[in-house]
Amino acid sequence: MGKKILEVKDLTTKYITRFREDVYAVDHVSLSIVEGKSLGIAGESGCGKSTLALSLMGYYFPPLHYTSGDIIIDGQNISKMDPDTIRKNILGTEIAYIPQSAMNALNPTQKIIRFIEDVVHAHNPKVSKKDIYDMAKKRFEELGLPSNVLGKHAVELSGGMKQRTVIAISTILSPKVLIADEPSSALDVTSQKMVIKMLRNLMDKGYIKSMIFITHELPLLYNVTDDIMVMYAGQIVEKGTAKEMVFDPIHPYSKGLMGSIIVPEEGTRDVKLTAIPGTPPNLKKPPSGCRFAERCKYATNECKLSAVELKDFGNGRSYRCLIEVEKLREVYKNEH
Amino acid sequence: MSINNHDIRPLCLSGRGVTKVFGIGDKKTVAVDHVDFDFREGELVSIVGESGSGKTTLAKMLLGLISVTEGEIFYQGKPRDIRSRKKKKEYWKNIQAIFQDPFSSFNVFTKIDTVLLDCIHMRGGKHLPKEKKVEMMAEACSFVNLKYEEMTNKYPFELSGGQMQRLMIARIFLLKPKILLADEPTSMIDACSRATILDMLMNLRNEIGMTIIFITHDIGLAYYISDSVYIMEKGKIVESGTADEVILNSKADYTKRLISDVPKIYEEWDLSTV
Repeated sequence: MGKKILEVKDLTTKYITRFREDVYAVDHVSLSIVEGKSLGIAGESGCGKSTLALSLMGYYFPPLHYTSGDIIIDGQNISKMDPDTIRKNILGTEIAYIPQSAMNALNPTQKIIRFIEDVVHAHNPKVSKKDIYDMAKKRFEELGLPSNVLGKHAVELSGGMKQRTVIAISTILSPKVLIADEPSSALDVTSQKMVIKMLRNLMDKGYIKSMIFITHELPLLYNVTDDIMVMYAGQIVEKGTAKEMVFDPIHPYSKGLMGSIIVPEEGTRDVKLTAIPGTPPNLKKPPSGCRFAERCKYATNECKLSAVELKDFGNGRSYRCLIEVEKLREVYKNEH
Repeated sequence: MSINNHDIRPLCLSGRGVTKVFGIGDKKTVAVDHVDFDFREGELVSIVGESGSGKTTLAKMLLGLISVTEGEIFYQGKPRDIRSRKKKKEYWKNIQAIFQDPFSSFNVFTKIDTVLLDCIHMRGGKHLPKEKKVEMMAEACSFVNLKYEEMTNKYPFELSGGQMQRLMIARIFLLKPKILLADEPTSMIDACSRATILDMLMNLRNEIGMTIIFITHDIGLAYYISDSVYIMEKGKIVESGTADEVILNSKADYTKRLISDVPKIYEEWDLSTV
């Protein structure tokens, strides 16, 4: 076991709406990442993936509010720091973020090199522009981006190139943790592969020590990350290694997610896609029992009564369901 | 270029040498380059290509939103005539579209009831009694797994992306056009809702016999849903045929690359090829 780079204990954050209602988008989430490993977070729209990403960075601006829990990055607890300290000392050097719409994150009036100067100067105003240019050029070439990109404006780049440029800019200070929030969802398959290759490259060369990858595309997660965590309605419902989660999902929701995968291989056309019926619960008034019970085929009355705890069942895997692991495996086997 | 002549179903939409050029002189871009295609009635066709391959330009030409620089599009075997506004409106009764972004597809000022009522009126149902109209709207909503009672008196922006896209399909169900053009209808929707949308498109084809032209960059989706597949690269169609032919025994290098770039689960994903 390596050193723990990021450790999150019982993190809870909430949105406060205009009508003073609390929406707990991240509800008692605990996770940890070891040096050199990556974690994937999967789940459907509105399950709290992106809110979790913002919370991990300490990016608490209304309507998002911190409620409880600890975020420890390399021994430093950032959960109670004020936003100014976080921006100066944590963002960029400890933790970096690639937003969902990175394609539109670049100001069209500035050259790419200006963004890099901004990032470096925010942390160390004394570095000369010449040094920054040399450093950026070296980094871009190592990551397989042509160095003439530095002198271009954002509009001159294609979508995939823009995305890779944003990744290179946000990791220029070699952060310890990189959070990638759906970095490839808007790209076609070939550009997506380039983005993934670049992220792998960053990890291999040691520019980033660990990565959190958020997406709803499960085949992608399987190929990119070591561990996968499935979120539903603000809670973690299952955790495990990528292989275990894809080939042996236990929670009925994870099982449903795996059923929605399409790949261009023989046999795809014979299998009918299984969609999970219904919609996620309204988090303004979350159900008192299991949050997935309304949509679960195997739910009993007992499921709707009291909240379900996350249970360990060996090898670092855990799940949130009342039904026994063996029983669920049995049921899935009989369905095939 | 192989075009299947053994199919006995009548031709619905076809094109010969269809070309679109943007700009003139040095700035000339050939977006679609001498493309031939035959879409038959009741067929589910996919057009697959990367961004910038000209799929959307071809779609716009099929819809009659932009002019064709060269070549001709045939509708039901006869050259398509949409020169006058009246004829264009007549043509649009037979072809409808679903676009990528459900959020910008609806007028934000009109309620959902109005959206659906307009569709009934367009099909000549203006003089039907009110109960009949409500019944038709409820039927359309239940076709796409929405509850009509929850939809009335709401504005489109109060719905989620998946619900909006399904409402779009409910519109198509009421309008019953001959051809439906779906331009990346699932790319902004997460994987779980995607299956529902695909199922509904297949139901439309099976129940009404609509011709569906499905445009996507996801070759896996195209393989799952369609009868025949056209692969586009830089404005040209590089391969076409039935889904099994194109995906399982692909001949063009471009198709092979597209397939190998999709992340797989049952085999190793080779990152060294890009």
